[in-house]
Amino acid sequence: MMSAGEESGKTGLCFRARAVTRIYNSGAAAVHALRGVDLDLPDGELVVVLGASGSGKSTFLNILGGLDTPTSGEVLFRGEDISRADQRQLTEYRRRHVGFVFQFYNLMPSLTARENVALVTEIAEAPLSPEEALAMVGLENRLDHFPAQLSGGEQQRVAIARAVAKQPSVLLCDEPTGALDSATGVRVLEALKTVNDSLGATTLLITHNAAIAAIADRVVIFADGRVREVRENADKRLPGEISW
Amino acid sequence: MPTWVGALDRKLVRELWRMKTQALAIAFVIAGGVAVHLLAAGMLSSLQETRRAYYERYLFADVWAPVVRAPQRLIADIRAIDGVQAATTRIRVPALFAMEGMSAPATGEVLSLPDVGEAAVNRLHLVRGRLPSPGQRSEAVVLQAFADAHRLEIGDQVPATLYGGRRRLTVVGIALSPEHVYAIGPGQFVPDDRLYGVLWMRRGALAQAVNQDEAFNEAVVRLSRDASKPAVIARLDRLLEPYGAPGAYGRADQISDAFVSSEIDQLATMGRVLPPIFLLVAAFLVNVVISRLIAVQRAGIGLLKAFGYRDRDIVGHYLKLVAAIAATGVLIGGVAGIWLGRGMAVLYMEYYRFPFLLFQANPADYATVIGVAMLTVMGGATLAVRRAAALSPAEAMTPARAPDYSRVAGAWITRLKVLDQQSRMILRQIIRWPWRAALTVAGIAASGALLIGTMSMMDGIEVMIDSSFNIANPHDVSVSFVEPRSRAALFSLAGEDGVLAAEPFRVVPVRLRHGSREERAVITGAPLDGSLSRIVDTLDRPVQPHPGGLVLSSDLAAKLRIEAGDIVEARVTEGRRPLLELPVSAIATSYVGSGARMRIEDLNRALGEGALVSGAWLTVDADRTGTLYDRLKETPSVVGVGLQADAVKRLAAMLDENLGRSILIFFFFAGLIASGVVYNTVRISFAERQRELASLRVLGFSRTDVSYILLGEVAFLTLLALPLGAAAGTALAWYLAHAMSSDLFRLPFAVAPATYGAAGAVVLAITVAASLMVRRQIDRLDLAEALKTGE
Repeated sequence: MMSAGEESGKTGLCFRARAVTRIYNSGAAAVHALRGVDLDLPDGELVVVLGASGSGKSTFLNILGGLDTPTSGEVLFRGEDISRADQRQLTEYRRRHVGFVFQFYNLMPSLTARENVALVTEIAEAPLSPEEALAMVGLENRLDHFPAQLSGGEQQRVAIARAVAKQPSVLLCDEPTGALDSATGVRVLEALKTVNDSLGATTLLITHNAAIAAIADRVVIFADGRVREVRENADKRLPGEISW
Repeated sequence: MPTWVGALDRKLVRELWRMKTQALAIAFVIAGGVAVHLLAAGMLSSLQETRRAYYERYLFADVWAPVVRAPQRLIADIRAIDGVQAATTRIRVPALFAMEGMSAPATGEVLSLPDVGEAAVNRLHLVRGRLPSPGQRSEAVVLQAFADAHRLEIGDQVPATLYGGRRRLTVVGIALSPEHVYAIGPGQFVPDDRLYGVLWMRRGALAQAVNQDEAFNEAVVRLSRDASKPAVIARLDRLLEPYGAPGAYGRADQISDAFVSSEIDQLATMGRVLPPIFLLVAAFLVNVVISRLIAVQRAGIGLLKAFGYRDRDIVGHYLKLVAAIAATGVLIGGVAGIWLGRGMAVLYMEYYRFPFLLFQANPADYATVIGVAMLTVMGGATLAVRRAAALSPAEAMTPARAPDYSRVAGAWITRLKVLDQQSRMILRQIIRWPWRAALTVAGIAASGALLIGTMSMMDGIEVMIDSSFNIANPHDVSVSFVEPRSRAALFSLAGEDGVLAAEPFRVVPVRLRHGSREERAVITGAPLDGSLSRIVDTLDRPVQPHPGGLVLSSDLAAKLRIEAGDIVEARVTEGRRPLLELPVSAIATSYVGSGARMRIEDLNRALGEGALVSGAWLTVDADRTGTLYDRLKETPSVVGVGLQADAVKRLAAMLDENLGRSILIFFFFAGLIASGVVYNTVRISFAERQRELASLRVLGFSRTDVSYILLGEVAFLTLLALPLGAAAGTALAWYLAHAMSSDLFRLPFAVAPATYGAAGAVVLAITVAASLMVRRQIDRLDLAEALKTGE
């Protein structure tokens, strides 16, 4: 359906969303999670998405990640419409282009760090080796540890290595530091930053934590199912320079 | 929901509704165990009660006293015997019927009815028509089974040969008789409705036909409640001795009742042996399933504790959940059990041609089964809930730490390069929770074993039939003469067109006595080197009598408490009635058949009547049986013709109908239990790993990839379970064969390869079906949810 890179040169846009709505249930019980979102996200940027609970940011991220489809409106990924794709095409899309990092890591407890990464590289087209990916997040010495033998921050870095090992076009992170303390969270953000710089994957990072916005190229603020504000970050900091 | 229902109970109801499929699957397992129990109990008590009532209402005799010919006036003396409640005399003669459209001769008998009214003993149940009119010489009532087999209707004619005299009898009624639930002829192993007919005529008509005016050749007696049967038999024997009485006998030796009783006994044994195993297996499986079900609820339990619910509230809450499921199962099983028990009883009623059915469901059976089912289920659940409630609330409230796989890291798995990551997950999952995997394997194996165990009984029956027909009695036809004849009769039979081989036999009815024990039996004399009929043991080895010695079947030996080497006293009950003292040279343990064997020369010498034969076993040319049968029908000296090939088919069909029907039902429930277990196993595995599977879907794994991880584990465990189930099934088959066997009946232990194949196929099919059902849930996994929840 889509092939990476072909369109990117022409538009320079990774995502283009127009009038995106998402309504759960119907009738009286209808919940309007998105009420018409317009947003352009250029390729390669590190984007921090802020917003209160229920502002629609997670719903939007799910749609970008191919986990959900909008009720109406259009979402283009490098010029291809992913809002009308069927389940099979979405699986293919996630498999080729998207890396996910979850709040609770979602590692397979029965696989070692290396194997967790290999889980993804085995189905990817031009992956990094699991060892390379883990080295990128500073875990080259923890290859054969099981999740239960790793700290929370280490587990989250394995998750990042797993997400980037397939060299995704898009890296989607939903509250990646949400379950971690400040110092550990910073190390995870550093890993994300490294990955964003070296692979050039468009990285979306959802958070409640406004402090993290400082490291972004672009900050998107959601409120009430709409984009309230988009601003480019003039004063970009390194993860090591922030804390919360 | 009404306001008085507490929050916890609402949760209960909603949870039950949410897990309805799974709850129903568990309920089915319980229902399987309960239903099998109740249907067996209901069916058996109904059959036994119906048979008792049938015998009672139709005045079934307690004692039969045959004579050669006795004067009618003796009836007064018989009625005067202490303990005799009612007695009647009658004429009973063997007959041949030349039925249209059948080349083989039908044999049978004609019995007399009183000249007026109904018999005082052994009353008929008229299905259609009427009794013969007094004075009408050619009217007869026909046994329903024979009438049905030949499509006889009121007004049809039956050509009968009575003592060489031929006459055409007109059917005026079609009846059932408590004496002829099974009608079986001499030389026949198996009842064949086509080949054996019973007719009733008015006494005057029959007496004239066979020249028995003012005489009778059988007295039948009903005893009063507290009468002593042996005493009455002894009095009858003394009274009738001068009239050529071979000796009176009771119901145990009445061929129809002996047949029915032994069949119902076999059903009863099966009904005693199998259901407890079902209930046990069901209880075990439900325990396994429920403890896992509750383990999945861990977070919810922690939450309730955090709210301040006490351990016992929580235990109570989950026990209610389990009780609701168990009660549903017991209810389904109870209703299905009664309904099926009744249905089965009706089927058997038709099979036995009982005129009515008294359905009986014993409340005590229900109480026991329901009690056992609820207790085992609740007992197992209590343990599981207690374990779960012991969790500290804080522990349950925080996102679960990743379970530690490092202890079972299985360095070897890490090094196995051929394995993909999904297969590693499957393997580690199994190794990490070996106990859980073992229980799953045990559950599937146990249900497979139930399937094999039930089916093996049919295999055993097949082995038994093969052993007793093809190996012990490989003849095609057995011909019995009216009276023993000289060997010339054998040679003339052997010379008939189409006869390939003939071997003589001599049979004499005897009373065997050893110490204070006495049994009626038949001694069969056969040629030593004969191959057309012999006694074989359970290993198919022939058991030959020593010169002058007797081989006894193990059932007779057990009843008489005889061992090889003992001397048994045999009082011959026909002809000159000599008293023989015979050494028992061997006890033969064979699958079917009861009796005693000697060499024919020894028997004839002991009887001192010369070299006589009672009949012959023949092998015949299958293409020329027609002419042979025609000749036999016309031979007045031939009283019985047994056709082996027909008999084998009949026996197989009969056992199929009788035991097979029950076995089929048991098989169905074994399948139901297997389905419940496998579905739950897969479903709970899914619940335990829902989040993991959703994560994989998010990572770009297709539904098929994800299904592989879940269903691959189940498939792997199922494959492990198959050989184990085969082993357990073999053991169960062995146990069933032994439990079902007695001195009278021996069920061979046999499991046909096809049985393993069929059981394996059923288990696999069930696994596939259950997997497909859960696969639908994989398809509906909420991917977004996986990103959110910690647990």
